[in-house]
Amino acid sequence: MANRDDIKFLSNPKIGQKRKKYCRFKKYNIKYIDYKDPDFLLQFINEQGKILPRRITGNSLKYQRKISVAVKKARHLALLPYVADLLK
Amino acid sequence: MRNYEVTFIVDPVLSDGEIKSTAHTYVDMLKSEGAEIVHIDEMGLRQLAYPIKKRHSGVYFCIEFSMEEAGDLLDRMQLALRRDERIMRFLTVKLDKYGVKYNADKRAGLIGKVSKKSKSTDAKSDAKTAQSKDKKAAAAAAAVASNEEE
Repeated sequence: MANRDDIKFLSNPKIGQKRKKYCRFKKYNIKYIDYKDPDFLLQFINEQGKILPRRITGNSLKYQRKISVAVKKARHLALLPYVADLLK
Repeated sequence: MRNYEVTFIVDPVLSDGEIKSTAHTYVDMLKSEGAEIVHIDEMGLRQLAYPIKKRHSGVYFCIEFSMEEAGDLLDRMQLALRRDERIMRFLTVKLDKYGVKYNADKRAGLIGKVSKKSKSTDAKSDAKTAQSKDKKAAAAAAAVASNEEE
């Protein structure tokens, strides 16, 4: 019997497959989130300056909490806006 | 030993000398009260994300210090900062051991900066991956990027 590698597919079977999300802090062993680095925090907020949910970023709860605290500190220091439009 | 970090924004309207001396008042205050200054980071003039006191830019300073016992030094320092007209905003943070290590690494230049222009791809490989393998990081980061776009 032909195993899967031998079969030639007409279309790429990998299309439409969902890539698993992961927590980048756990994966790369990042322990501290700097609130003074707005460019980094920009990855976790949307165009309006709202914090993206875990559902989208894939962060673990522990680091999502740290992200949210860091973003709020950055907002206080006017490094990130509280409200914005077309941030990115 | 406890580690703290105070970041504050100085009014940019003042002259260079005045801005420097403002920052130095607090450095001297901490020193004279027995705190050990670890590092003074002059982040310089930055655009504010929103206006504070009708100013659109500010001069950022960050002082990292450590001390044996807290006492009421922090309270007094914060009161002084609050009373100071030249200070637009400040934030005092207690650093955990990872924060201390991060700051030390940053000073040693181990932590790269995220560049704004190269948006997703290498911005995601984010700097703080100094401890990890860069190449893998970039590839995986690109993966995250495409994920978020979905």
